[in-house]
Amino acid sequence: MWDYVKLIVLALIAVLAAIAANYAHDLPYMVNALVVMLAAAATFVWQLRHVGEPAHHPQSEYLDGVVRAGVIATAFWGVVGFLVGVVIAFQLAFPALNLGHVTEGILNFGRLRPLHTSAVIFAFGGNALIMSSFYIVQRTTAARLFGGNLGWFVFWGWQLMIVLAATSYVLGGTQGKEYAETVWYIDLWIAVVWVAFLLVFIGTLWKRKEPHIYVANWFILSMIVTIAMLHIVNNLAIPVSIFGSKSVQVMGGVQDAMTQWWYGHNAVGFFLTAGFLGMMYYFVPKQAEKPVFSYKLSIIHFWALIFLYIWAGPHHLHYTALPDWASTLGMVFSVILWMPSWGGMINGLMTLSGAWDKLRTDPIIRMMVVSIGFYGMSTFEGPMMSIKAVNSLSHYTDWTIGHVHSGALGWNGMITFGALYFLTPRLWNRSGLYSLKLVSWHFWLATIGIVLYASSMWVSGIMEGLMWREVDANGFLVNAFADTVAAKKPMNIVRGLGGLMFLSGALIMAYNLWMTVRAQPAKAPVNANNLVAAE
Amino acid sequence: MDTYSFLRELADSWALLALTLVFLGVILWALRPGSNAIHRDAANAIFRNEQQPAGSDKDLRPVKEA
Repeated sequence: MWDYVKLIVLALIAVLAAIAANYAHDLPYMVNALVVMLAAAATFVWQLRHVGEPAHHPQSEYLDGVVRAGVIATAFWGVVGFLVGVVIAFQLAFPALNLGHVTEGILNFGRLRPLHTSAVIFAFGGNALIMSSFYIVQRTTAARLFGGNLGWFVFWGWQLMIVLAATSYVLGGTQGKEYAETVWYIDLWIAVVWVAFLLVFIGTLWKRKEPHIYVANWFILSMIVTIAMLHIVNNLAIPVSIFGSKSVQVMGGVQDAMTQWWYGHNAVGFFLTAGFLGMMYYFVPKQAEKPVFSYKLSIIHFWALIFLYIWAGPHHLHYTALPDWASTLGMVFSVILWMPSWGGMINGLMTLSGAWDKLRTDPIIRMMVVSIGFYGMSTFEGPMMSIKAVNSLSHYTDWTIGHVHSGALGWNGMITFGALYFLTPRLWNRSGLYSLKLVSWHFWLATIGIVLYASSMWVSGIMEGLMWREVDANGFLVNAFADTVAAKKPMNIVRGLGGLMFLSGALIMAYNLWMTVRAQPAKAPVNANNLVAAE
Repeated sequence: MDTYSFLRELADSWALLALTLVFLGVILWALRPGSNAIHRDAANAIFRNEQQPAGSDKDLRPVKEA
């Protein structure tokens, strides 16, 4: 009965999407409607072939299939996101690469830039968060994932969102909000998938068999709840037409700006920090085979981080129409935030106390430690840049870009690579990774790549800031904007090369993970869940 | 008094006080005497139930009631 309801709903979605594509006012909307139609049709066929099958959700096994899919998706979108990043880095150095006269703007920097940021944050980072939270919550609650196939809905729903967003961006669909470029109907879909994610997570916590909720889950839960709130408030908009991608924001002017950066900074604070700290608090102790240095400190880290982060957003709007008190508040909270961030960093690093020798023998631990190091570095740099006097130099320059990338490539990227190396042999029940030597290659390529990237952006950013503010004896500006663009060229090339090294490392990782599944001998399975046949 | 001024005053006074007290409260709660054993047990939760949920046949550790 329930299967037939699903079939009817899927068929309706496919037909309505086809009608919407026919009436579409703009190209991104039409292409998105066609993507929805195809996705609904594919799901319809899948459902049709599984009608009447009894539901099989054995509570004595973990649900790892969705985590395996998440590992593949994370590695895949990571490579895609880094590749687009390398392309746009070289577009900045060599504008001819925009290919404007050939592609009619589809591959312009302006279209590819949101594609890059969304691919790395929401596709690579989002898949990393979803798959590791599904893995962590099952292991630390000793219970199977809640909701039957709802976890699979979250996974495929998120992939659909990624494809919709990507096709929309390159065809010009955007609502012009940084890190929230997705247009109104994609925003609605994100809300649906995210609420399902919340249900799966809370449901699993609810039926836990461990008395205490392990601290990693607190960080992940705060990430899910806060992102839901930020996403909904920041995307309050009224569509111009139900058949078009354009919409009008409910808030305007400085209110809209403040809401945007309240969203933007907490997307960093909760999506890219709290969620990944949840990963750190699970994977680092597991890989080190020692419990976290101080569980009390991890609890204090959690509460201090979520109490303080939410106020830091206004530091993105220094010297704007935002009232002075609000930007001062944002600055003060950003500086205070330094304390819990470093508390967490020390907690992560000191987990290795007594096992420091592992740094020499285990390249995965090395990756995780460097990741925590970059977390510490960017959470020192961030508060410093939020101070108004520093910000007046650094804002709008490449320094900001360098800061973001030392956080995103160093902290988020490296901890995710560590998690992927940790998870792949376990999820496919293999005796170990294919090659530790290749992990070392990945480690050094990625680390040197980030160092090249961050240092070139520091030089370029400070130079830009100084050139923009330079005045002559009569008070006239010395440099035109184009002068700074010309002066940045060598740094832009170094940045592109750094990105290229980071991308090569990720490709080596993808090969290594592939060969781990393909060529490593399988271990004896405990139950059907970890029975994955050797190739 | 208009809504903005009311909310602004509330945020600057009672809401600020309440949030600060909750913040200090949770930190003191984490540091409370007698929490060591619970925290040690929780910190080691990651080393249990690696392969399958608690209560499955091959589980070696007795299951605690939630």
